[in-house]
Amino acid sequence: MTGTLDKDRPAPAPAPAPADPLLVADEVVVEYPAKGWRKPPFRVLKGVSLTIGAGETLGLVGESGSGKTTLGRAILGLAPVTAGSVRYDGRVISGLGRRERRALSSEIQVVFQDPYTSLNPAMTVNDILSEPLTVAGTSRAEAERRVKDLLDQVRLPADAGQRLPREFSGGQRQRVAIARALSRDPRIVVCDEPVSALDLSTQARVLDLFVEIQERTGVAYLFITHDLSVVRHISHRVAVMYRGEIVESGDAAKVTATPEHPYTQRLLLAAPVPDPERQAQRRAERRRLAATAPASAPTPTSQAATASTPTSPSPSPSQAATTGGTE
Amino acid sequence: MTLPQSEAGLAPGTAAAPAPVRAGLVRRLLRNPVAVGCLAVLALIALASLFAPLLTDQDPAHSSLTETLAPAGGAHPLGGDGVGRDVLARLLYGGRTSLLGALLAVSVALVIGVPSGLLAGYYRKWFDAVSSWLANILMAVPAIVVLLVVMSAVGQNTYVAMAVFGVLMSPGVFRLIRASAISVREELYVDAARVSGLTDGRIVRRHILPVVQAPTIIQAAQMLGLAIVIQSGLEFLGLGSATQASWGSMLNDAFANIYTKPVLMLWPGGALALTVAAFGLLGNALRDALDASAVSGRRARRAVRNAARARKAERARKAEEAEQAEKSVTAVKAGKAGKAVDSAPAEGIGAGPSTVPVPVPVPVPEPVPESVPEPVPESVAESVTESVAGAESPGSPEDTKSSADADGARQPKAAVASAKDDDAPLLVLDGLRVSYPAEDGEKAVVDGVSLTVRKGEVLGLVGESGSGKSQTAFAVLGLLPPEALASADRLVFDGTELGRLNRSEMNRLRGRRIAYVPQEPMSNLDPSFRIGAQLVEPVRRHLRLPASQARTKTLGLLERVGIADPERVFASYPHQISGGMAQRVLIAGAVSCDPDLLIADEPTTALDVTVQAEVLDLMRSLQRERNMGMILVTHDFGVVADICDRVTVMQTGTVVESAPARELFAAPRHPYTRMLLASTLEDAEPRSALGHATARTAAGTMHTARQEGRA
Repeated sequence: MTGTLDKDRPAPAPAPAPADPLLVADEVVVEYPAKGWRKPPFRVLKGVSLTIGAGETLGLVGESGSGKTTLGRAILGLAPVTAGSVRYDGRVISGLGRRERRALSSEIQVVFQDPYTSLNPAMTVNDILSEPLTVAGTSRAEAERRVKDLLDQVRLPADAGQRLPREFSGGQRQRVAIARALSRDPRIVVCDEPVSALDLSTQARVLDLFVEIQERTGVAYLFITHDLSVVRHISHRVAVMYRGEIVESGDAAKVTATPEHPYTQRLLLAAPVPDPERQAQRRAERRRLAATAPASAPTPTSQAATASTPTSPSPSPSQAATTGGTE
Repeated sequence: MTLPQSEAGLAPGTAAAPAPVRAGLVRRLLRNPVAVGCLAVLALIALASLFAPLLTDQDPAHSSLTETLAPAGGAHPLGGDGVGRDVLARLLYGGRTSLLGALLAVSVALVIGVPSGLLAGYYRKWFDAVSSWLANILMAVPAIVVLLVVMSAVGQNTYVAMAVFGVLMSPGVFRLIRASAISVREELYVDAARVSGLTDGRIVRRHILPVVQAPTIIQAAQMLGLAIVIQSGLEFLGLGSATQASWGSMLNDAFANIYTKPVLMLWPGGALALTVAAFGLLGNALRDALDASAVSGRRARRAVRNAARARKAERARKAEEAEQAEKSVTAVKAGKAGKAVDSAPAEGIGAGPSTVPVPVPVPVPEPVPESVPEPVPESVAESVTESVAGAESPGSPEDTKSSADADGARQPKAAVASAKDDDAPLLVLDGLRVSYPAEDGEKAVVDGVSLTVRKGEVLGLVGESGSGKSQTAFAVLGLLPPEALASADRLVFDGTELGRLNRSEMNRLRGRRIAYVPQEPMSNLDPSFRIGAQLVEPVRRHLRLPASQARTKTLGLLERVGIADPERVFASYPHQISGGMAQRVLIAGAVSCDPDLLIADEPTTALDVTVQAEVLDLMRSLQRERNMGMILVTHDFGVVADICDRVTVMQTGTVVESAPARELFAAPRHPYTRMLLASTLEDAEPRSALGHATARTAAGTMHTARQEGRA
């Protein structure tokens, strides 16, 4: 990797002291091999850094293709980390072998977006929930008790255990997925768009469940979503991703109300508000922004036009500087 | 859909769980009379072979010249064969050879194919490459030639031949298992299992094997039949073990004596036919029983049949009602998008009790301005065009004049709404009911929905999933699936009772005056045609424009919908453009006919929020520019606030509230509307940073500062 470092950016921090946040992603680069002979690999993440503290929710916002899901998968060990590192509890966990990775399963868990494919359709809810427990060597009776407790925690009826996933609605399935993630008391859960497939009212209830569980158990969330309003509702801090990089991060209230980066501003102004008057204002504001800063904020149209050539230079100076890749 | 593990070697903790499913499988299989028959036949043959020594005291290999071609009866119930051996004994002992040989072949094929297929499919990488390569080579080898070579080299042993044949069949198993494993491996639940800390072995056993089991068992049943046939063929050629009784060698002997005692052919031939057919049919029955989707498929087909019956009854009943009642009863036509619309015309007052489809296009009620070419008369051409255009972007431009001009020209003859001022409703829907056949009668998804759209007005149709909002939109378009039962008291579009139109008339209307923008832009463009072709085709058909003009017009439309490089998009295939761009293309197609009514079903749900804002801007400006009426189906109140003039809120098939947008947002009346509006997170209090854990916050802030420094 021969790219130049961003001038503004300090050199990657040395390994932090023991008072480290729970999870640290440090200049994570993820590349996938491109199809075709000797083509350069496709770089999905271009050196992403973030931290999540214990009991904290970090909202990760971005549009499709921004690499937010890939970052989640890299933390989960499901995507290869080409460069940089992921540290959990002061220990590097990127690039672990399968066996060592398995040992982390009680610490780091996941809730996927699609509640329809994230549950094995042939297994009953009991089996789905007790599987991670029996793998960890929990006795059958103990696992049974724990499953009952989990179902209760996610507000599913106790008899839900006997049923198959297809007998549940999307919101209920997502509750099952949440229960599975919680089954071994993890310290951090990667939530990959867990509510975007749900109806509005269901979404609100499931989000409340997430908050409630966090307040009770002190679990930390990496909450990946494309929806700024969802992220504002659930996050303590927010990081905004754009084309494989984090362009802005900070306190949730600040980033989602008065964003500084033009992309975040555009994102915020593009989200329609459920109020005709304010929406008309927002629309006018968005147009003004688009008119005043066309250079720094590429329109999605032009973005789409260049989407097939990921190496095309980004207009933003900092992005342009890092596109070449850093180590 | 899958069957649980039956492997004996499973860990004790995992084996017991899915027992109920297994019981379900056996029960399903036993409910199928064909399966029961096959199992009975196979069991009989297996038992007869197994207990051959008990059933006959003759030695199948003992030949006695005096018994040559002996008639049936006495010590030889089926007589003697060409060299004086007992036919019954040979038949019974021959069953052993056939079944054992077939089992051997299939076992070898499974033992090689299943593990290698699982490994290749789950781990991929080099093992996949190497094993797939080997499998392909093995498949290219001519099986019979290999078998003949082996037999001549190793000696005439049936079991060796069958083992070799098993190896030759293993690539089929390998490829089947590999393909299934690859598809399951991509499922999120396998990822979840990995995150849950399951070992690979356990993931394969728990999550992958159950899925590949079903196709494997079916394949095994078919292979058993095949192995028996091949084996008999070899023996018939005299290549089997000489000392062993077998059905194939019996056939050989019978063939030699076909003129003197043709009945000898019957016994081995019958046994072979029966066994092979039983295996084949059992395989089919297993597939049905194993495949839950097949079960539900059957249920669906049954439902459709019931629906047809119900629909007939419904029609008769309605026809009676229609004669008595004053109001016109309209059955909304059903038809699937892209496919031909149900040809049955709607029944109503006009149709009276007659429910026979009108076969010929009747005089078109839709008036056509003089300046416009006659509508294409052949419904075939219409439907071809429709399917090319994807039907979701019905492009049948009638003219490109301003809509005001069109207003004047399109004076409807049918007289339901006669007022011509701007307040005249463009679309009146009254008492729409849509239901689907269910286990117990029918299930209504839309129940008495009424709505009105005026010219130049955007109506938002809001609701959660299952509220029937999309069904309502499809009913107006006449694009409900064929099994849907739909009726409306009134469905009037610009003075035309839509229910009375026949298929080609409806096609024409959909093509020209009612346009549609779908939710999933990508799946509504045909991947095998260039975008230009998909847009030009309807324009040419409907406007009768020469190719060059149609092309110019289409390029103009693409430019109008904000595509920066129309030429490039025109020449692109759908997979080469982004989702937002595809939605623009579909909008261009939809407005190419300058429609009066645009129905958009969640047109921005699949798009990113910044793209959504631009697409909404585009739709708004097109709507204003052309003074179109618009129905926007959505679940997003933000989108409603952005673009809609009036809002209709639906819940479980009924309208709970309908009001001008500003009123609705300012003072929602119905509790459900209030609940929905309260569920939007837009104005929710943001969570603030965690107060405690100062050290961590400090680290976070440091990090933040760094990030912001970059930004």
